[in-house]
Amino acid sequence: MSTKDRELRFTHRHLLGIEGLYPFEITDILDRAERYAALNRQRTAVEPLLKGRTVINLFFENSTRTRTSFERAAKRLGADVINMSVATSSIKKGETLIDTAVTLNAMHPDVLVVRHGDSGAVELLSQKVNCAVLNAGDGTHEHPTQALLDALTIRRRKGSITGLVVAICGDVLHSRVARSNIHLLSAMGAQVRLVAPNTLLPSSMSVLGAEVYHDMREGLKDVDVVMMLRLQKERMEGAYVPSQREYFHFYGLDYDKLSHAKSDALIMHPGPMNRGVEIDSDVADDFERSAIQEQVEMGVAARMACLEVVTANLEDWRKENGL
Amino acid sequence: MSLKPQGRVVYANARLLDPATGLDVIGGVLTDGEKIADFGVEFASPSGAYGDATIVDCDGACLCPGLVDIRVQLREPGDEHKSTLKTAGESATSGGVTSMVCLPNTNPVIDDMSVVEFVARRARLLGLSKVYPYGAVTRGLEGRDMAEMGMLAESGAVAFTDGTRAVASAKVMRKALTYARNFDLLIVQHPEEPSLADGGAMNSGDLAIRMGLPGIPAVAETIMVARDVRLAEDTGGRLHFGHISTAESIDIIRRAKERGVKVTCDTAPPYFSLNELAVGEYRTFAKLSPPLRSEEDRQAIIEGIKDGVIDVVASDHAPEDEDSKRLPFAQAAFGGVGLETLLAITLELYHNGHMSLLDCLKTITCNPADLIGLPAGKLEKGAAADLCLFDPVRGWKIDADQLSSKSKNSPFDGRLAQGRCLRTVVDGRTVFEL
Repeated sequence: MSTKDRELRFTHRHLLGIEGLYPFEITDILDRAERYAALNRQRTAVEPLLKGRTVINLFFENSTRTRTSFERAAKRLGADVINMSVATSSIKKGETLIDTAVTLNAMHPDVLVVRHGDSGAVELLSQKVNCAVLNAGDGTHEHPTQALLDALTIRRRKGSITGLVVAICGDVLHSRVARSNIHLLSAMGAQVRLVAPNTLLPSSMSVLGAEVYHDMREGLKDVDVVMMLRLQKERMEGAYVPSQREYFHFYGLDYDKLSHAKSDALIMHPGPMNRGVEIDSDVADDFERSAIQEQVEMGVAARMACLEVVTANLEDWRKENGL
Repeated sequence: MSLKPQGRVVYANARLLDPATGLDVIGGVLTDGEKIADFGVEFASPSGAYGDATIVDCDGACLCPGLVDIRVQLREPGDEHKSTLKTAGESATSGGVTSMVCLPNTNPVIDDMSVVEFVARRARLLGLSKVYPYGAVTRGLEGRDMAEMGMLAESGAVAFTDGTRAVASAKVMRKALTYARNFDLLIVQHPEEPSLADGGAMNSGDLAIRMGLPGIPAVAETIMVARDVRLAEDTGGRLHFGHISTAESIDIIRRAKERGVKVTCDTAPPYFSLNELAVGEYRTFAKLSPPLRSEEDRQAIIEGIKDGVIDVVASDHAPEDEDSKRLPFAQAAFGGVGLETLLAITLELYHNGHMSLLDCLKTITCNPADLIGLPAGKLEKGAAADLCLFDPVRGWKIDADQLSSKSKNSPFDGRLAQGRCLRTVVDGRTVFEL
C-alpha cells in the first residue's frame, strides 16, 4: 500500500460518530462495504480478517436488529462474538459504566460494540479501554453505522450521494440516526432537509446546515431520498405531538405526500417501523421505491467494513503503544 | 325565523361607519341576499330610487359592521340550563354582535373535531349570530397533553385556548406555542397563575381585607403575562392574552410589542368601567375572573385601549344561573354576561372623551376580526351583510331582568348607559329590531 493510499484511509481506532470525519474516510468505509455487499449477496466466503479476534456486543439499551446485524458482520469476518445485554437499572451511574469498561478490558477484547442510552457514554467508555470501540448508538447523539449503511444504500441505488436532495422526516429531536445522517450526507455533498413539526426539531437544527420545513408537501418537493424516522409511542400522546392520528395526518408518509417528491425518490426507514404512524403500509412495502429491506442487508456489509478498519487501526495503535 | 335571505334591501339615511377604513359619512348600504352589494353616500336618501330594493330608513342612526366578540362562553353543549346557542344567539344579536368566538369550556370540551362541527352546525341552523369555536390547547382543558390542534383547525377551530383556565405549566405552554407555529395558529391564554389565584374571590387589597374575603393578587396575572411573553419570544409563536385587568400587564405587553414579540391582548368592558368597589355589599354579579381591580388599574386599562396596547374589547360573556350566583360571595361562580352591554359600555370610552367613535368601534369590529382571521367586521362589497344599526346617544337603564340572555348575571345591572343597538342584520336578514 502506497503512502498516498494510506493517507486516504479511515485511520481512527474508534468509530464514535460521523461528525468530524473527512469525506475520504467515509468513502473508504463505503468502498469496503460495497465489496462486502457483493460478497454477501453471492454467499461467497469472506477472508476471515477477524479470525481469533474477540468482539463484544455491549448493549445497555435493548436492540435486536442492530445487535444481530453486528453479530452477523463479526461472525462473517471470523471473529468470536460475545453478546452482553446489561440491565438498564445497573448502569445509571457513570462510575458503574467505567467499572464495566475496566472489567471488560481485562478480558482483552479487540472490539467493543457499544449501545448506551446516554449521549456521550460510548465515548467515555472508549477512553478507558485498550481495544477498538464502535458506537452502536448513544442516546440522542450519534449512530454512525446506521448513517453509513444508509449512505451505502443510497449510493448503490443512486450512484452517488453528491448533489442529491435528501429529506429527513419525523422525530429529529430525539434521533441519533438523524444527527449522524445529517453529518454524513452534508459531508458527502448532499443537500439535507429536515421535515417535522417544530416540537420535534431542535431549535438550532439549522446550525447543522440543513434546511427546515414544517410542511411535508413543501419539504418533500423534488427530493431524491425520503428518510423517515421512527416516532416513539410515548412521544405522540400530547407531549410533543397531540396524537397518533394527527401526526399521521400531517407528517405520515403516504402516496399523496410522496407524490411531491421526485418520481424515482427512494424511501428509507431505519426501522422498526410504526406503520400508520410515520409511514403508510403501502408505501413501506412499495417494492419499486422502498429501500427499507435493502437497508437491513447493507447494515451487515457496512458493519463488516467498520470492523475491518477499526481492527486494522487497532493493530497500528497497539504497536505504537507497545501493547 | 326564516333563514331565507331577503332580496335587495337599502339601509338608507344612516351615518355610515367603517372603522377599518375610517369611513364616516351620511349614506347607506345596499344588500343583495346574504351579501353587501354596495355602500356609500349614494344611498343617503330614504326616498331615493333604488329599483326593486326594499328601503329601510335608518333615520340618521349609526350603521356599522356587525360587532365581533372574541370571548364568549356558550354553555351548550353541557350546561343548557345556563345558556344555549339559541339564547346566546339572541343575546348577541340584541347587542349588535353578529360574530362570536366561543370558548371550548363546554361539556364535552371542544377538543375534538366532532364538537367543533356540532357547535358550528347548530349555530348555522339557528341563523342568529355566527359562531366560531376556539379549540382546546390541551386535551380536556387539563393542561397536560396537547389537543389535536392541527386537525381541529382544519375542521374549523379558529384559534386555541384552554378557556377560563390558564395553561399553567410553562413546559406545556412552550410546547403548545411551538407546535401551533407549524400551522400558524393563535394561542389565547387566560393569564392567571393558578397557584396564586386558587381560593381567591376578589382583588387583593384593602377592600378584600375589610370584606374578609380571600384575595387574588394582581401579580397572579402579571407573572403569567411576563412568563408567556418570554415563551412567545423564545418560540416565535403567536400569543394573545384574554381579559387583561392590571396596569402592570399592560406595561409588560407594551414593552413586548415594542420588541416585536407576536403578542396581542384584549380586555372586557367591566375592567375599564368598573373597579373593585363594585363587589361591595358582596354583589356576586360583580364577581368576575379576573377580579375587578383597583381604580389605578381601571385607568391604565383605558390608557391601554387608547394607545393600542390593548387591541380588542371582548364581552367575556359568562352566563351563570341563579343557583351559581345566589351564594355566599366566596362560593359564588365567577363571570358575568356581557353580549348585550358590549356596545353601550364600550361607547362610554367615546362619550367620556377618551377616543373617537371610529377608534372605539375598531376594538369591537375590525380589530377582533383581523386578530382571529374572521371574514367580518368590515364594510366590503361582496362581504356577508352583517350589520349593526345603533343610536350612539340613546340613554337606557341596563336591567338584568330585561336581558335576552337566559342567565341574567350582569355586573352592569341598574347602570345607566348611553348608546343602544336598534337593529341587527346577519347575512342580509334582520335578526333583531328594538
